Amino acid sequence: MNTTKINEYAAVVGQPIIDDLKLLSKRLKGKVIQNINSTAVGGGVAEILSRMVPLLRELNIDTHWDVIKGGRQFFDVTKKFHNALHGRPEEINQRDLDIFLEISQNNIEEMDIYGDIVFVHDPQPIVLVKKKKENKWIWRCHIDVSSPNQMIWEFLEDFIFNYDAAVFSSPAFSPKLPIRQFLISPSIDPLSDKNRELPQETIDGVLRKYEIYKSKPIITQISRFDRLKDPLGVIEVYKQVKRYRDCQLLLAGGGASDDPEGKKVLEEVKDKAKHDPDIHILLLPQNDIEINALQRASTVIIQKSIKEGFGLTVTEALWKAKPVVASNVGGIPLQITHKYSGLLCNSIEGAGFAIKQLLNSPEYAKKLGENGREHVRNNFLLTRHLKDYMLLFLSLYHREDVVYL
Amino acid sequence: MSELLEAKEPFRFCTRLNLTELTGLRASTLSQLLALIKEVPGACIYHHTHRFLQQHQYISPEPPNDFAYWVTSILGEGGLGERLMSIDTIQFPTIHSLREKIAKTIEDYLRDNALANLKFSAEGEEFHFLKSVSFVLPTNYVACNLKEFTDILEKITIDSIYFHIFEARLRIGKGDNDFSNWIECSIGNKKLADAISRLDPYTYTLEDLRKTVIEIVKKDIHI
Repeated sequence: MNTTKINEYAAVVGQPIIDDLKLLSKRLKGKVIQNINSTAVGGGVAEILSRMVPLLRELNIDTHWDVIKGGRQFFDVTKKFHNALHGRPEEINQRDLDIFLEISQNNIEEMDIYGDIVFVHDPQPIVLVKKKKENKWIWRCHIDVSSPNQMIWEFLEDFIFNYDAAVFSSPAFSPKLPIRQFLISPSIDPLSDKNRELPQETIDGVLRKYEIYKSKPIITQISRFDRLKDPLGVIEVYKQVKRYRDCQLLLAGGGASDDPEGKKVLEEVKDKAKHDPDIHILLLPQNDIEINALQRASTVIIQKSIKEGFGLTVTEALWKAKPVVASNVGGIPLQITHKYSGLLCNSIEGAGFAIKQLLNSPEYAKKLGENGREHVRNNFLLTRHLKDYMLLFLSLYHREDVVYL
Repeated sequence: MSELLEAKEPFRFCTRLNLTELTGLRASTLSQLLALIKEVPGACIYHHTHRFLQQHQYISPEPPNDFAYWVTSILGEGGLGERLMSIDTIQFPTIHSLREKIAKTIEDYLRDNALANLKFSAEGEEFHFLKSVSFVLPTNYVACNLKEFTDILEKITIDSIYFHIFEARLRIGKGDNDFSNWIECSIGNKKLADAISRLDPYTYTLEDLRKTVIEIVKKDIHI
């Protein structure tokens, strides 16, 4: 859990922003917020909650975080849901739906619902809304649902319609719904181990540890080993660049406890990378300082996702003023304006070309990185996210377009 | 000196915090865009003509309204994009009149360029209609004279400046910005009030707007 105090963020965003957060938090006095998701560690949702919950508490908002129980079978099914919602072909049968509903029913029976506002994250706990009474319920979708498998979407709609509001990370994910829906981008914490400034010795130490050389450009993708992050495609991109520029590829990431597919993908990646000593594959579960150091040591950061809810690794890279080449999918174009704060691509060839451009034009790459950092400062830091969540909670009690508090 | 004059009524600074609501409505062609511009809530028109002011506080490559950006960058209709971009928002006293001007600009263009309506955006590049929900809160900052006013202006958030300059005039429908209203009615300095009213705030970043208003007031009261 985050131990950083709210006032410490004033050094990054300015004191007036912190004053506004304090003003706003007073309007939520007496409300109990209950967050519910499916994993306490690993993945973007758990990471955000571990930063947000302590800060909301420090702002005197009575905020809690509970985790549902799942098990291998349940998470195998929800991983299929996850892929299907991203539009990937998945065979989901009645047995899968039965497992999902049965485990969900166990959670309904076991989980204590006590929040004035129950804030449910992603599809895994979605069925809990059956316990709705007089309190308010929000469903927060962190997934790219711009072209979901219709069968699964319709299955989930039966539950979504019972919420008071839904939240998506990009306008492209917004379907027509009979409930209110809001656009809230995720965020990064500039003071966390993953994003804070690091001494050069720390960065150099991490490079030595993993035998990565500063003498050759380092192209990096930080991501879970997940097909939707296309790590095999990244190796193809690297090979295209390598033909013209001697460079290294770094594929690094942890795993989430609700992602059983990760091991298999990691094996495929290792297999494809074998015989090339310049490809470094690192499994770094929850080692935030090392991830931070690797991002800072990189020459170019790539995020070649096929689908992406938002792409917090892109936000992290931009915050470190790194030039980024990333797929034009999901929430990534909200973060990168092409040729201004990074380069967007739609293919392996496009990504390879963009990386070559950046390696050959370091001044241009530097400018893109600097613009990206300012865009993140203004729009994607934790303080903006805290503000949005407090406004979201307040919106449940106000229907107007202009609300006087 | 007018900075020493106590205001009849003190000026309490408010701040405005924005939450973006999704509508699920999207357009792929100019005709669809036009039809939706005519029917969406005013809060949508407000959002797409003002979002850039707060999200791009530094020099930004984006045209100053979302309609112009989409028409130019996605549909490739630069001629229409330029006309939409140069709509002089400050001249419109209400969202309703601004909406009519945007709709008429597109209608006129379509009449003269029928082929433009055959263009579709690629999948994933549709225009998504969003809505601004504003939360207005009084801050602890109160000015009783122009010296206090400039001191507070230097440290208040840009959200507060945004609220008193943009939102008060167009969205709340006060006809002029709050600063000018207060300076004229409570300080009695119409010349200074007019000088601030004459600014076209849409052509400044919010930080530049802050500096400009402070400079105008300081020059007037000789500090």
